[in-house]
Order: sequence, then C-alpha cells, then structure tokens
Amino acid sequence: MEIKHPIVKIKNLFKSYRRGSQILPVLQDINLDIADNEFMAIMGPSGSGKSTLLNLIAGIDKVDSGSITVSGVDITNLSENELALWRSTNIGFIFQFYNLIPVLTAFENVELPLLLTGLSKKQRKEHAEACLQLVNLSDRLVHYPGQLSGGQQQRVAIARAIVTDPLILVADEPTGDLDRVSAKEILELMERLVHELGKTIIMVTHDPRAAGKAHVIKQLDKGVLNNAHTETHF
Amino acid sequence: MHIQKLIFKNSFRHKLRTFLTILGITIAILAFGLLRTVISAWYAGVEASSATRLVTRNSISLVFHLPLSYKDKIRQIQGVKIVSYGNWFGGVYIDEKNFFPNFTVDPKSYFELYPEIVLPADQQAAFIRDRKGFVAGRKLAAKYGWKIGDAVTLKGTIFPGDWEFVMRGIYRGRDKTVDETQFFFSWDYLNESLKKTTPARADQVGFYMIGVTSPSVAADVAYAIDKNFKNSLAETLTETEKAFQMGFVSMSEAIVVAIQLVSFVVIIIILAVVANTMAMTARERFVEYAIFKTLGFGKWHIALLIFGESLFITMTGGALGIVLTFPSARAFGNEMSTFFPTFNVSTKTLYLDIAVSLFVGMASAIIPTWRAINIRIADGLRRIG
Repeated sequence: MEIKHPIVKIKNLFKSYRRGSQILPVLQDINLDIADNEFMAIMGPSGSGKSTLLNLIAGIDKVDSGSITVSGVDITNLSENELALWRSTNIGFIFQFYNLIPVLTAFENVELPLLLTGLSKKQRKEHAEACLQLVNLSDRLVHYPGQLSGGQQQRVAIARAIVTDPLILVADEPTGDLDRVSAKEILELMERLVHELGKTIIMVTHDPRAAGKAHVIKQLDKGVLNNAHTETHF
Repeated sequence: MHIQKLIFKNSFRHKLRTFLTILGITIAILAFGLLRTVISAWYAGVEASSATRLVTRNSISLVFHLPLSYKDKIRQIQGVKIVSYGNWFGGVYIDEKNFFPNFTVDPKSYFELYPEIVLPADQQAAFIRDRKGFVAGRKLAAKYGWKIGDAVTLKGTIFPGDWEFVMRGIYRGRDKTVDETQFFFSWDYLNESLKKTTPARADQVGFYMIGVTSPSVAADVAYAIDKNFKNSLAETLTETEKAFQMGFVSMSEAIVVAIQLVSFVVIIIILAVVANTMAMTARERFVEYAIFKTLGFGKWHIALLIFGESLFITMTGGALGIVLTFPSARAFGNEMSTFFPTFNVSTKTLYLDIAVSLFVGMASAIIPTWRAINIRIADGLRRIG
C-alpha cells in the first residue's frame, strides 16, 4: 500500500559497520514510507538493525547510501551542525533507559531542549510545566530522576521529547526497562500523543504487546525489511 | 536552568573526588605562590634598587676598600648629585645566630640618598648629633624589643672589639619592598675608633653610593668615575645599584633556578591530577554527552560543559590557594626573617597564581573535550546498560 504524502520516505538505504578489516552489512536496500500521524512499530530479533534504522531516521547516524527524506528535507545531505539543529526542532527521543540527566530535576530535564530555542525563561517554564502536566507529573517537578520510579522517569523523558513540539517521536524500546503496569501506562500515553497531539511515532520494540498498540508493524530481519504491511487492531 | 547551573551541579556529582582535586590545587597554588614569593624575596634588593643610584667599589673585590678622599673627586663629576659612603660592619648581636645586616654610613647623606627609608626628622637629627647613635628598622627593633635610648653592643668581626651604641631612631619603609631589618650607625664613630686602634685602616670606605641627576646619565657617570681612578692604587668599579644587587643574587643563582624548577614541577603534577580527574569525569559521562548531542546541543555546548567544570574546580582551588598564601607567607616570612627581610606576596605572584589556575583548568579539559565531541552519538548511546 503506497502512502501518498509520507512524512518519512526512505529510499534504497544501505548501512554497514566496519569491524577491523571486515565490513558488516546492517541494513540492505531499505525502502519505507511512514505516514503523518502514524504509530509505527519496527520489530525484529536482536542485531537485525532496528535501532540502526531508528538512528538513521532520527539523524544521529549516517547512511552509506540511499536517502531519508523527512517532511521534505533529505537529511542525508545535512552536515553535522545542520543535523543537530534539525534534530532539536523535528525529533523527540524516547530511550529504553530514559537517559535523563541525573543532576537535573524533572522540570530541568524537560526544560533542557528549550535552552536551544529563543524562548524566554517564563515561556520555557510554561512549556515544561505543561508537558509535565500532560504526562501527569505536575507534582514531581522538583524531583530528581533518582527519586522517581522507572515509569515516572520514562514519562519525564516523554515530556522532554515533546517539549519542543517535534514532528516525529522516535522510541527505542520505550517499555523495555519497565514492569507491565508502567509499560501499559507509557504505551497509553504514546497513543494519546498520536491521537491528541497528532505526533508520528516510530517505535522499535521486542515486545509484541507494545507493538500491538501501533497502527503499523514492520519486521526487520538481518537488515532486510519485510515490506508486508501489518495493520494492527487500530 | 542554565548551563552554568549544570556546570556547578556536575562539579559536585562526585563530592569526594571534587573535594580532593580542589584540595590538591589549593596546596599546589599555595606551594607555587610561596615558592614564587621566595624567588621575589631573593630579588627584593634588586627590585628595590633605584635607577638614579650608582655603587662604586674597589674593582678587585668588595673586600678591598677605597680611600675617603675619592668622595670629593666623585662629587665633581658632571651628573653627580649626591655622594654617600659606608662599610659593611658585620657585627654580631650577643650570638651569631642573631644575624641582621649592619652598616656604618654617613648619616646625613645616606638618608638623603635613600628617601624610601623613612626616619622622623627629630630622630634623624638625634642620630646625626650622636656619633655613637644607631637607627634600626621597625622589624629589627620589634624583634629585639629595642626602644629609643636603649644601649646595644655589637661584637665586631671585621672590626674587632665590643662596639657600644645608643638607639636614636627607628625607621620605616616607604613601601613593602624596603628592608626593615637593617642596623645603621655613624661612619665617623668607626673611623675615629680605627684612627686610635689601627690607623692604617682609617679613612677607608667599603663603597660609595652615588645619586645621579637622572637615569639617562648613569652610564656616563659610571664610566667617568672609573676612568677618573684608572691606574690609581685603588681602581674603582661603578655600576648601577641594580647591577650591584644582582651581583649578590647571581652568586646564589643555582638555588633560585632550583626553586623555579620546583615551582613548575608542582604545576605539572597538579596538571596531571586535574587532567586525570577530568578524563575520568568525561569518560563516565559519554552517554550524557551523546544525549546532549541527540537533543541538538552542539560541540561548543559539550566543550563548554567540560571546560566550565574543569575551570570551576581549578579556579576554586586557585582562589583558596591564593587566600591561604597570605597568612602562610606571613608565618613563613616571620620565621625566615633573617634570610628574607622582605617577604611579601607580590601582585605579579597573584597574577601568576591566577594564570596557572586558568592554564591547568584549560589544559586538563582539552583531551576529554576532544574525545567527547568526537564520539559518535550512536556509539555513545550504545554504552548504556
């Protein structure tokens, strides 16, 4: 099924890593379109290249060949500095291990990406508080990551991911470090982001339950994308 | 929340490590400051020299004297404003361990030539009047509890015998560079005694101190003086006061070089300590730097975080070291006043302390920053878990 105006368009993407004198192909001839406001899950066994593909879409790794066009911009042509700027406004990141800065409070962690914007201190405060309210953590503003549960830390990470109002959220095993209840809450929150805020989410996961929340599931195996389009219950 | 706040918070993540590093820098800067002050004290005489003063001595050696009759001949040379003279007396007060510099001088001309030695007018008049009178510096008088009118006896070494004096004045230095541990008495007292005991040694002076009209004529006047006494029984060597003082310092130059070397070794050691701390810190935070880069923070932000933390630690240690240098220098100076009559922490030493703290902070951050900004985000994130 072809998407008319995809927000992400990947064409003939190849990526390999060098280990000593050996070149290990990680992704081979990937072609993928992702629609706006879509919740896509990418599944596959360990070492299949899921995280590498996610990193390439998010602009934190470089392709060997091929193109990745996000919202009309071919990010494979951007320089390191241009990519950094592009990421700060277009991509929100959710990691398996939350990756919050331990010496900053929940509020300060969420405010962090806003330091790169021209917003005033007052505006930054409003934005960060609104996002923390959205993830139901208004009462945890001054708590440090070490004082929060895993689920709460992941919600702070989600608030940080959406605070700059990016087009796309990339999530690498967002429930991988959480218990079942917390994982369910996080997935519900991600669904809300798609439905209520119109975000596009690309999620890498091993967990079929997590993938079940996605609109579309793609399977990756040994660097090759199975283009069979699996639509979920949604 | 600002980057400065993050730098501050990062600095105290490992409180013990940060505390020990700051302590190390504090001790290093304190040691560096004290060693530089020792070097400054070594050169205190040179630094306190005036460009308008010359010293004339016997060209063979300072041990040999010059005739008093040279005084009038020197005075006639163009560019000479004032001529004073004196001898190193080398007297001992009670015991040899009570060392202090003691000179016999012409009271009238000496204080005119050395305005930085401040003696109240009434005390100066009393000193000139009393041939057995002496004046001492404030520190020396305080050290031995001398008061005006007190009788003091020095045992002569170069000029044997017991020499009795009465204290007529206590001088102060115009500024901190002036040695306040000297003892001066009248040259006439020495000369008249010598006339009675060893007439052959009378009417001889150890050195002439000559005031010139301006620094620009100093070289010409020195040349004219030495030319005047060429081929005489006592040929002269005239040099600026600075060169004269440098002559003494150069005798112990090897020690000064050794102290300088040690002061720089201290800095190299602390540089290695701080560099190690920063390398450990950066290695532990590669994931965070990757996160910062992921969020869109550039290389300059990462560099700012690492340099900021390194500079915060070194400047805190440096500031503490500087603050502690003053009481330490005072205690050291009091203890070593015999060897270092002026032991003051100079502004130059403070600037050097600050420069060293800055240098250590900057240099320690270079390699960790280079590694942090060049790490690929994907590699950085892979270190998690």
